[in-house]
Amino acid sequence: MDRLKVATVWLGGCSGCHMSFLDLDEFLIQFASQVNLVYSPVVDVKEYPEHVDLCLVEGAVCNEDNLEIIHKIRKRTGVLVSFGDCAVTANVPAIRNQLGLGNGESVLQRAYLEGAQTNPTVPREPGIVPALLERVRPVHEVVHVDFFLPGCPPPADRIKALLTQVLSGAKPKLEGAQLKFG
Amino acid sequence: MVKFPRRFMAKRIIIDPVTRIEGHAKISLFMDDTGNVTDAEFHVVEFRGFEKFCEGRPFSEMPGITPRICGICPVSHLLASAKAGDAIMAVNIPPAADKLRRMMNLGQFIQSHALSFFHLSAPDFLLGWDTPPATRNVFGLIASNRELARAGIRLRQFGQEIIEILGGKRIHPAWAVPGGVRSPLTEQGRSRIRTWLPEAYTTAKIAFDLFKKTLETHTKEVQIYGNFPSLFLGLVGADGNWEHHGGKLRFIDSSGSIIADQLDPAKYYEYIGEAVQKSSYLKSPYYLPLGFPDGMYRVGPLARLNVAEHMGTPKADVELKKFKKMGRGAVTSSFLYHYARLIEILAAIERVEMYLEDADLLSDELRADAGINSLRGVGVSEAPRGTLFHDYTVDRDGLLKKVNLIVATGQNNLAMNRTVAQIAQHYVHGEDIPEPLLNRIEHGIRCYDPCLSCSTHAVGQMPLRVQLIAPDGSVMKEISRGLS
Repeated sequence: MDRLKVATVWLGGCSGCHMSFLDLDEFLIQFASQVNLVYSPVVDVKEYPEHVDLCLVEGAVCNEDNLEIIHKIRKRTGVLVSFGDCAVTANVPAIRNQLGLGNGESVLQRAYLEGAQTNPTVPREPGIVPALLERVRPVHEVVHVDFFLPGCPPPADRIKALLTQVLSGAKPKLEGAQLKFG
Repeated sequence: MVKFPRRFMAKRIIIDPVTRIEGHAKISLFMDDTGNVTDAEFHVVEFRGFEKFCEGRPFSEMPGITPRICGICPVSHLLASAKAGDAIMAVNIPPAADKLRRMMNLGQFIQSHALSFFHLSAPDFLLGWDTPPATRNVFGLIASNRELARAGIRLRQFGQEIIEILGGKRIHPAWAVPGGVRSPLTEQGRSRIRTWLPEAYTTAKIAFDLFKKTLETHTKEVQIYGNFPSLFLGLVGADGNWEHHGGKLRFIDSSGSIIADQLDPAKYYEYIGEAVQKSSYLKSPYYLPLGFPDGMYRVGPLARLNVAEHMGTPKADVELKKFKKMGRGAVTSSFLYHYARLIEILAAIERVEMYLEDADLLSDELRADAGINSLRGVGVSEAPRGTLFHDYTVDRDGLLKKVNLIVATGQNNLAMNRTVAQIAQHYVHGEDIPEPLLNRIEHGIRCYDPCLSCSTHAVGQMPLRVQLIAPDGSVMKEISRGLS
């Protein structure tokens, strides 16, 4: 049987979920022999490939680049997992939603107009610097999500539990303490 | 250096995303009509807005929120944030709490530097620049040299376990608080850390041997990957020794001369300014007296080793002496960030060992308490990537009125721009750019081990797309790196 094609993606988040993935430590060596990691911040492939079996998506949908790639990912992926609290609930990045309408503009102004001594200006360059979305959204508000892996970040043993279930061909199921946020 | 008008007079190549770095970014190269690179820009494309959305929240929440800026060095934000809280309460924290915070910071240096070296950068110089992109990563390293990869994975694990033993969690521990820390080191934790030490020293030695061999075959990279004069900034002790969580700031120039010393970190705004580039969410801090962009300075391992006179521990001091011989005055090649990182790993292991013998770390006196005694508090600490500033202004109830964060990676922004331009100018001639050359340009960024989540208090993964832009601004050609 062909090896499972796995991808990991980092949208609007802190990469803590990816670091927790690396906290699988030596299990990574075993994992490497069972799957092909075809796309991830830790590999050099630049274009999200077709026919990915499993994708872990970290982070909320915050900007236009995130929005564009999540649709592409959904089309090209079998099983999509919301990986960590930012993907599941939008979590910390969504605090800015509480600022109401115009929150994107107001966070930008604070950082780039009030917080600069030279050339205070909000970065904008079409095709280079993606515009912020008006509202930060969890992944399942934008595309269908197959499974949820909560935690800030999900501890390595929880990630391992899910991966082991998928690798054995079972439908992932997390229960009890494994469903904890934070 | 960044010169905007050229964009419309030349061809432009965009690398998107830059990979194996911690964040989302792109690179633009500008070409003249003869196919030579005239300039380069590094774009960071993520932003979340922490400085604004934290306003109105109690300052005591900040050690819980700000670590979520970055999962790679959450401990840096945790500590800087707790320190800013100490200043708002105007307390001196108990000595045991200070030592425990330092120990956690050392654990973080070990894990973060191991990640940079083994997981992200080593695939380039150990597997080779020309290795196909699909295998030029830590999994390729596992396939080609399993035991080396295992050693690197375990060294990172050692650092993460120190954090977990102290804070109860590897990533985002809720442990340091304004006034101190919540729990001490336990006897059990102490013995667990002790059992790791021999292996940690062995792996550090393996990494040193490997990198020294790499240097023999990479003299050109040392010359070209970000080798130019600049200022360097870092914390130093009162004795001028290497410092990571206290002390005062020192700026030196590339000749090694001290240009400002024992500066109060809380008054950073008197000597650091921030500039905005329209094409990046990453701001560019600069040394105010020299202005923008002449006030370019570098932070992080290379800078800390340049500003420090001694490491303060025996094994690391032997290595520091050898390191300092690689420069006339300061060591100016950014390729040697990798080397500096290894020396800091060694220093961190030695200091952790020292703390294991210190009975203070088992103390229960860990937390000072007080109300709001100062309406502004600044917390400064060395993160693995450089000096980190958290500056909070609060009202009488301790609710945040203003938050300013200056993060390590941003301070290297001007130098990263200069580095990619230097590498591109050397290797790129004409429009056909082979993939391994793109990778070399990206490695210029990897030298700095940038953490872009941190630096824009944002979000991300660094993508590689190269666009050729015609003099009229239209896209002539786009190269992106896919599986095929």
